[in-house]
Amino acid sequence: MIQVGIDVGAKFIKVVLIKDGKVVVKDQTASGFEGKENVKTLYDQVLQQAGISPDEVDSITSTGSGRKVVDFATKSITDVTAAAKGATSLYPEVHTVIDVGAEEGRSIRCNQDGKIVDFAINEKCAAGAGAFTEAMARALEIPLEKFGELSLNSTKEIPMNAQCAVFAESEVVSLLHAKTPKEDIAKAINDAVASRITSMVRKVGFVKEIALIGGVAYNIGFIKSLEADLKDKIIVPEGPEYVCAYGAALITN
Amino acid sequence: MKIPTYKTEQLKCWNKAKEIRDNFYKNYANAHENGGLRWAGGAWSFGAIPAGLGNDIFPITGEPYAASIAFDKEFSLRCLEAVERRGYARDLCSYMRNYWGSVILDEYAFGGKFPKPDFMWQDHICCSHAKWYQVASELEGGIPTFCIDVAVGPYKEVTNNRLEYLVNQMHDGIEWLEKTTGRKYDDENLIEAVYNECRSTSLWAEICDLNKAVPAPLDEKSMYSLYVLGTLEKHSKVVADFYQELLDEVKYRVENQIAAVKHERCRLMSDTQPPWGFLKIFRYLEKFGAVSVGSLYTFGLIGVWEDKEDGTWGPRTTPQQKGIKIETRDQALRILADWNLSKPEWQHFYSPHLKSAMMSRIAKEWKLDGVMLHYNRGCEGLSVGIAENRLALIEQGFPVMTFEGNMGDEREFDQAQTTARIDSFMETLGIDIIDEKVAI
Repeated sequence: MIQVGIDVGAKFIKVVLIKDGKVVVKDQTASGFEGKENVKTLYDQVLQQAGISPDEVDSITSTGSGRKVVDFATKSITDVTAAAKGATSLYPEVHTVIDVGAEEGRSIRCNQDGKIVDFAINEKCAAGAGAFTEAMARALEIPLEKFGELSLNSTKEIPMNAQCAVFAESEVVSLLHAKTPKEDIAKAINDAVASRITSMVRKVGFVKEIALIGGVAYNIGFIKSLEADLKDKIIVPEGPEYVCAYGAALITN
Repeated sequence: MKIPTYKTEQLKCWNKAKEIRDNFYKNYANAHENGGLRWAGGAWSFGAIPAGLGNDIFPITGEPYAASIAFDKEFSLRCLEAVERRGYARDLCSYMRNYWGSVILDEYAFGGKFPKPDFMWQDHICCSHAKWYQVASELEGGIPTFCIDVAVGPYKEVTNNRLEYLVNQMHDGIEWLEKTTGRKYDDENLIEAVYNECRSTSLWAEICDLNKAVPAPLDEKSMYSLYVLGTLEKHSKVVADFYQELLDEVKYRVENQIAAVKHERCRLMSDTQPPWGFLKIFRYLEKFGAVSVGSLYTFGLIGVWEDKEDGTWGPRTTPQQKGIKIETRDQALRILADWNLSKPEWQHFYSPHLKSAMMSRIAKEWKLDGVMLHYNRGCEGLSVGIAENRLALIEQGFPVMTFEGNMGDEREFDQAQTTARIDSFMETLGIDIIDEKVAI
């Protein structure tokens, strides 16, 4: 059986192809302005990499904020369902799924059977999402991939506005002017985002184990901050940005 | 899961409801043409009292008027911006800001200039009530204003002294009305208005009570257009008679299984005022076969309820149903005060737990599958404690989704985000889209 999951996120499109229960190919591309065309191109590439023709595919499930552009999907599900399914399938012991992508952060609580009990999504605010970290990395002139690591060099706790990305950015600028070391600022930013996410996690209530998925899970500094806030260990799957696409692939008609 | 299909049809008295509403705003605007008077005040003000000045006294109630403005996004934005240019903060009550904006722009939402009231008659329970009309009075060059403080605690704790506190203010108010308008007060008119108010608000509760039926005869989006009459002139005979007619029709719908939503299979309730410019989110629910059957807000803002002998919640028995004959002004005021103090939506100003208890009760008695809570940034009064309500409902086993917005400021509502939230919520309830074609 061949199942495909397509996650059309705000920044990246991710495709996962599963054959007989095993992931055969996963790939991604920037969402860009031509989302529909980019989805099709990536899908074709994934099929090519797997050596599979379109006729052999049994199900194509789309998810993500842009899931409706996948007009060839056989099913469409929301990010919440896809994230929960993906994370709990990978780790059946997980009951709390934290998904932080480019523009949205969400927390999902599942019961013993992996069924969603409650969820929360960040409101009209970038402060709890990847775009915020990205903007802050730009302000600090640090490559995004170095941001998390750099923050680990700091032990300082600098309070920062965790409620608003705009105010936080102006705080970053003030800290730079005050000659605050960049690692301390990076840690302060990770702490602020973590605090925002923690409040959402606590809103739905968290039950062990906790998994963090989404592109922001590559930020090791953020993981440390989140673990400190939640006072618990967090499981980060390999390829955390693919978990929603994986979950979508598992849900068929 | 088999998808149920019910018969649906439009309410026969729908157009009459529209006509009553239109007349209300016309009557207010045209009051001076026939020597009548206009007054402005909140939807919760004791409108039965100014009715004692005669049959040519026409009110405009601020909240529903502001909701009408909010429905017209272009006009609303101009109103809000006009208020902001005067230096008022953007996080104040959005009804109040829409209303002030209409006054500042001197534009009436129903055409022409804003008709200046002759006096203002308000009560005060939420943090904005009295201030709203103080500022409105100033904006209009100093309109005489009277405000009754009703914050005496929840109904279950009402004592004679607390009741007396209200009744005394009402007596003072009548003296003030006579002095301000130069008219002689007629107690017979007051008594009739009190009877009407008890009748209309109890009837509305009875109508909402019928929505316990499966399928629900009414959906909340339609209920907004019906309950509003009680917020306009709950003390008028026209409204009380209309609610009787509506009750009869809703009973017929229940008996004949005429549904509000064709494929009802998921029953929800909302809370607080909706984002008035985006009522289409309630239509969006129909795609899933979901219906919002009401809320504490739609049921209890004007509906007056009581515990029934069988332990359920039902319409409060009116004085006339109890055979009580009102003979004096003091008796009329006492009944009016007591009646209003038992209003459900006045209870939770004192504790979110009182609201949680009422919401849980609705969730059980109206057989709900879930709850949609509007974190309404436009109304501190009704939104305060809503996060506590959410926890209480979850504890009772009811799935809850929340969405942020504003009843009267469209800039704080994101339709795409809200419908995405509904999609997720429906999936967690195990409900798929039935009909993609429902236009919203």
